[in-house]
Amino acid sequence: MSKRHILALYNDFDEAELAVQELRTAQIKGFNVDDDLTVKSPIEHPEVERMIGYKPIRVQWFTLIGALTGGILAFSLIAGSQANFYSQMKGGKPIVPIPPDMVLTYEMFILGGVYITVLGFLICAGLPARRSPLYSAKVSEDQIGILVRSDESAAPALKDIFTRHKALEIQEEAGK
Amino acid sequence: MGKDIREDIAWAQINKDVLASVQSPRKLYWVILFIALAVFGVGIGCEVMNYRIGLGVSNMDNPHVWGLYIATFIFWIGMSHSGTLLSAILHLMHADWRKPIYRFAEAMTTFSLMTAGLFVAVHLGRLWQIYYALPYPNERWTWPNFQSPLLWDAMAIFTYLSSSVIFLYIGSIPDLAICRDNIQAGWRKKLYSILSLGWEGTDRQWRNFRITYMTVACFLIPLAVSVHSIVASDFAMSQQPGWHVTSFPPYFVAGALYSGCAAIITLFVILRYVFKFEEYMTLPILRKTVRLTFAIAMVWTYLNCIEFASAWYGHSQADKAVLIQKATGPYAPFWWSMIFCGSVVPFAMMVKKWQVNIPIMFAVSLLLNLGMWLERWMIVSPTFAHGYYPWSWDHDQWPSLVQWGIVFGSFGWFTLLFMVFCKIIPSVSMYEVKEMVYHRTLAKKKEELGLEGGH
Repeated sequence: MSKRHILALYNDFDEAELAVQELRTAQIKGFNVDDDLTVKSPIEHPEVERMIGYKPIRVQWFTLIGALTGGILAFSLIAGSQANFYSQMKGGKPIVPIPPDMVLTYEMFILGGVYITVLGFLICAGLPARRSPLYSAKVSEDQIGILVRSDESAAPALKDIFTRHKALEIQEEAGK
Repeated sequence: MGKDIREDIAWAQINKDVLASVQSPRKLYWVILFIALAVFGVGIGCEVMNYRIGLGVSNMDNPHVWGLYIATFIFWIGMSHSGTLLSAILHLMHADWRKPIYRFAEAMTTFSLMTAGLFVAVHLGRLWQIYYALPYPNERWTWPNFQSPLLWDAMAIFTYLSSSVIFLYIGSIPDLAICRDNIQAGWRKKLYSILSLGWEGTDRQWRNFRITYMTVACFLIPLAVSVHSIVASDFAMSQQPGWHVTSFPPYFVAGALYSGCAAIITLFVILRYVFKFEEYMTLPILRKTVRLTFAIAMVWTYLNCIEFASAWYGHSQADKAVLIQKATGPYAPFWWSMIFCGSVVPFAMMVKKWQVNIPIMFAVSLLLNLGMWLERWMIVSPTFAHGYYPWSWDHDQWPSLVQWGIVFGSFGWFTLLFMVFCKIIPSVSMYEVKEMVYHRTLAKKKEELGLEGGH
């Protein structure tokens, strides 16, 4: 079945919140509120999480893996290189000295953590991305956008909800 | 005192103001850019002389093997400290007042690190033979010494530079999307479209953005401290008199924060005027930055006293002799100027009226930075001039004009990079200013309704 996209723009965050609440409780056939609802905003509204329900964030797993990999890789490479230094005179000092090696391990721990966190961010946030079917530059200015995807049959009910909650503008399918 | 950012300012107006300032700054912008280019040209000319005639023209010889280059290298590394570090710390502390000024502070970090990196290359001399210093398996048996603070330094600076660039870039993505949506077609639009990665401000993007930004901020704080501690180790781990001091790492970190904060004030004043940011870079923000700088100045002064006390009471004749040399020898005018600029001038920041007086604070910030540059020079040169052995002493060697020219040129290079950046990327974070306004409006509403949580 073909899908339809509708974008409603709101000037007021509270009004957008009420519209989302109704979308969540309305039980419209052909519209799954968990998968088909996207809220767009010009700033990070902590309230959005409450509005659309808690969704897990997995970036920290990337951070953990990146930091550990960075640290382990650094120590292995340094210690591995030093272990090949038998030909050098060490004057009785350890071939793999732990305290000074920890400095570079620490730096690489951070480097790996930062790099892989960014990779995780791009993956988890779905970036780089193509423009969604409907987009309004007003969202980056001062308006809240509610983008829904639904079956053809659900579109009138969704539009009705948006209209009732005083949407400033409703766009369908082809965005500006 | 001037007003803070208005709570009733329209969000669309914030976009409009910032974008307009980026596109059409005051004429002074072009004057600064031209001067920076000329100054950078002087540096390039001196470097070319170095290559054509030989390193002798810089008047660097035993025992003065580091000269102004390494002193200026430390100065630029220090300058880089405050931008990212303060941005990260204040972000984690939810200090709202950082929001209009953190972007340029982070840019300052990036460009001062890039300037510092130049000095390593300049100091090496014959740049075309730099591969001799690179740690890769080779037939010359030049093994990298992983126990050397110099190698740690290279790694720490690379980590700090790349992490700072990432932090700056990630934090700019929502603003780059605003630029993409509002700027007319042309090369700028194409650039913003690529850099904004298709950002649309969806809940998924914001959710992951928040965690990523916070995580990178958490990494940056210990990283920034480690970078300058490692730079301090370049000195403290040697046996040279005047350098082998336990308190050097915290002393360097405090000095770095200090010079960085002073530079933030200097750039605050310049950007505020040049880009017409009077509405956003407000006087209350300047006051907070000035107070922070004063607090760090006092920490630096205290650590300076500790350093002097360690040398004086440490029973090391060589350390004591270097300290006496600094205070009474040929370096005395510069050493006392350092004390004056670094420890006396900051008291001007205690005067409440002056804290928001832009010309006074601009002059103070320049003097503080002069003091901090002198501090780095006074760490490096007097020790070389007055080492352990009298036959190695050389109190009269003076850096040549070539050295001074390259140091001078580095300021042009930094200014050039910084001003070009500010012309392309908005130096006031639009989305964060909106957040600041939003939070204040919410707090005001709560206060009016008599609810708790208003601040």
